[in-house]
Amino acid sequence: MTIELTVNGQLVTATVEPRTILLDFIRDKLGLTGAKRSCDLQVCGACTVLVEGIPVSSCCTLVYEANGTTVTTIEGLSRRGSLDPIQRAFIETGAVQCGFCTPGMILSAKSLLAENPAPSREDIEAYLGGNLCRCTGYWRILEAIQLAAARITGSEEEGPS
Amino acid sequence: MLSPFMIHRPETVAQASAMLKQYGPEAALYAGGTELLVLMKERLAHFLHLIDIKLIPGLAGITIDDAGGSISIGPLASHRSIETSSLVRTHAPLLAALESQVANVRVRHAGTIGGNLCFAEPHSDPATLLVAWDAVFTLTSEYQSRSAPANGFFTGLLETNRNDDELLTDITIPLLPANAGSAYERFKTHERPSATVAAVLWISDGEITSARLVAGSVGNLPERLAAAEEHLAGNRPSLDLFQTVGEMTSRQVLIEEEGFESSDYKRRLIGELTVKALPKAAGRAG
Repeated sequence: MTIELTVNGQLVTATVEPRTILLDFIRDKLGLTGAKRSCDLQVCGACTVLVEGIPVSSCCTLVYEANGTTVTTIEGLSRRGSLDPIQRAFIETGAVQCGFCTPGMILSAKSLLAENPAPSREDIEAYLGGNLCRCTGYWRILEAIQLAAARITGSEEEGPS
Repeated sequence: MLSPFMIHRPETVAQASAMLKQYGPEAALYAGGTELLVLMKERLAHFLHLIDIKLIPGLAGITIDDAGGSISIGPLASHRSIETSSLVRTHAPLLAALESQVANVRVRHAGTIGGNLCFAEPHSDPATLLVAWDAVFTLTSEYQSRSAPANGFFTGLLETNRNDDELLTDITIPLLPANAGSAYERFKTHERPSATVAAVLWISDGEITSARLVAGSVGNLPERLAAAEEHLAGNRPSLDLFQTVGEMTSRQVLIEEEGFESSDYKRRLIGELTVKALPKAAGRAG
């Protein structure tokens, strides 16, 4: 079947099999390796991408279903070389260690902040409960998302970039 | 890599039912895929034909009937849409709260309540509450429709009384009268509940007139705890009564052995969750 979708702002047309998984398509066909395969069961969140702004487990999504949609991967978050405020906050707070979970964490946070620009700590924990990290202990991830939220809503000044 | 299959995209329930009949055991209905694709990836099941029913219009709505007596949820409503529905939050807040704790936000966006119920995974949260609430399902085939009470719909591990050519097309939840209250208690260490209890109490003049107690996640299907329900009826709500009933449910619940938690542990959880759920249900009645 032929599909047409917009990935990180670029129109992509491809012929795929019904069984093709979105994660394989993104990594192997498009060479975007930010989304990771880990649990392969929708539990860990390492494969998270945004489809129409909504976080999905790309490991368990058939790519034909993304036909006609807009897909955002971590590679599509920066604008003209400038990192997204969430990406900057992750770097500044040291919320990244091995980095394997980070793309999924940041994309989930992106979706959360679009829905709820000023989330409480509990809101963040609830929304990102399905994104697992085995390095950081989560503390700095929570801090980073709170910092990004504060900056986006204008209640905190931008740090040096 | 999944084994090859064909995708069919019917636009009506009748077309989907006809496809189910045509392809028989080689076909499966496909909606959110949160259960089905995992099974297929793990090579625990394979279907040559997936019937993607998401193009069928009118199956994802959430409405309340004119008299305000019941809520109707379309099977393609996602867990997330139920969780965030203002109608559900207003009229059935317990269901909205339950849905907000199902798996994770990605699964809740993709997964549908109809898929969850028809897959009949024993750890389904909605199934347990809907049995306690006496929800009624509509099952539709090419030529006819029938009603199936939630209580009785689940027949075994991953089994329901849905016929092979039927689709679940509606979930109707009767709203409780003012003198009734319900509660849902769950214990889980991560996403998968270990034990759950749904309780509904009807109270008149300070006396429990009727009760529903359903245990979930510990057996092959949601289990009505009939003896405990009978013990509650005719008594005044009290912590002593709830404690006694908790001991009963702990003793009487059927536990299916599995590798994750011991049966004894689950038995104790069911008792504890019963003791937690009953006063909440009583407090919400009247």
